[in-house]
Amino acid sequence: MSMPFYVSPEQIIKDKADYARKGIARGRSVVVAQYDEGILFVAENPSRALHKISEIYDKIAFAAVGKYNEFENLRVAGVRYADLRGFSYDRADVTSRGLANAYAQTLGTVFTEAQKPYEVEIIVAEVGEDEASDQLYRLTFDGSVGDEHGFLAMGGAAEAISAELHEQWRPDLTLHEALRMAVAALAEHGGQGPRTLEEKQLEVAILDRTRPRRAFRRLVGQELAGLLNGG
Amino acid sequence: MTQASGLPAHFLRPGSSFVDFLAEHDPNMFDRVRHAQPVDVPHGTTIVASQFVGGVVMAGDRRATMGNVIAQRDIEKVYPADEFSVVGIAGTAGLAVEMVRLFQTELEHFEKIEGTSLSLEGKANRLASFIRGNLGMAFQGLAVVPLFAGYDSTRDTGRIFSYDVTGGRYEEHDYHAVGSGSPFARGSLKKLYRGEQSGTDAVRVCLQALYDAADDDSATGGPDLTRGIFPVVYTVDTSGVRRLPEDELQILVDEIVAQRYRRPDGPVADEAGGARS
Repeated sequence: MSMPFYVSPEQIIKDKADYARKGIARGRSVVVAQYDEGILFVAENPSRALHKISEIYDKIAFAAVGKYNEFENLRVAGVRYADLRGFSYDRADVTSRGLANAYAQTLGTVFTEAQKPYEVEIIVAEVGEDEASDQLYRLTFDGSVGDEHGFLAMGGAAEAISAELHEQWRPDLTLHEALRMAVAALAEHGGQGPRTLEEKQLEVAILDRTRPRRAFRRLVGQELAGLLNGG
Repeated sequence: MTQASGLPAHFLRPGSSFVDFLAEHDPNMFDRVRHAQPVDVPHGTTIVASQFVGGVVMAGDRRATMGNVIAQRDIEKVYPADEFSVVGIAGTAGLAVEMVRLFQTELEHFEKIEGTSLSLEGKANRLASFIRGNLGMAFQGLAVVPLFAGYDSTRDTGRIFSYDVTGGRYEEHDYHAVGSGSPFARGSLKKLYRGEQSGTDAVRVCLQALYDAADDDSATGGPDLTRGIFPVVYTVDTSGVRRLPEDELQILVDEIVAQRYRRPDGPVADEAGGARS
């Protein structure tokens, strides 16, 4: 009778974490930053159809990096979670905190129980009445949740971009300023060397607190080009 | 993959219909949505809709009745279904309002998951299947018969869809009315509607039709001048759904009421076609 090799739990967890980290590091980066009238999402993503940034509910949006089929699955589950809550109770009862918890449970369970962890990192953001009531949650492949403020970067060059944003970001940035900051950081650190990123290579969206119900809006085409180039 | 906690497995399955998802997630809740118990309940009454160049208007009176009693005098029976369509409800108010909520969620759900909106026909067909699902209730006297209208961007025009209790879906041209006061409203629309009319003219025609419906149908409420309760009016065109604000409505309603002081039966159609007040 053959005996299976003994592998310590520490080693299994470490291997899984390394595997997930490697998968995530291969992808292009995403930046999320607060600005005076809402929350900005910028992803380097040449695809028009396969989104990394999406609307979940009235005030809540989702951004992800990593393996597309895995985070798409989580995104759809999040939309279902939110719509179900909103339909069963009231639109006001759908919160990003609840959603972040549900994601954390799912990611944590997959990480410990499944053969292969999800190679994803997720941001759940909710825009509030003012900058102080905005909420940003970062969820990693093992189900840990971080409650963040100001700005966030994830993906391959997350550390370098975060360091850059740490220098540049301040409260009360305008949308124009925040967008230029995010794009500059992605262009500087997101690739092999400094580059310029054009409108076609970017996926940009905002949660705009001035909009009445559905705060989520994609910035595309002329509008995005205008914000990137002019004032 | 087994999941001990977190989002259940059916949250992670493919599909973009909220209704199908709900049926799997919680059959009882779905059942409650579709098969409530029959009792003496409020009914909504007259909804009218009229096309105009590049769009459509829908308006509804504000009365809900329960037998001979006025159950509510400021109920709203026209709702935006999404950014480019509206739905008006006639029939059992409780079921209808729930159906509208489910319909709104279904449209938004599809849009978020698929990244694109349903076509206007797709929305109209989806609503038809909801009404078909309510057929059992309709046999017990609790029918829901909505009127659906929206802007079709592929044709740059407003379109109107009516339904029967079995979920039959019919596209209406120019104008339509549903509810207990609809025969009177439709007669009025028939005489006042003109092709190629502007949005404001279409709103006027709808308000006149509701006035005529309220004139002859006890279950339809006219404009309540003392309380300042006016019909709910929505327009839909290329810029989306817009609810007419109270101040704009006030002007139009005052105009119509002043006309009716002179001629209580409303505008007279002249033989050459067109109408004068």
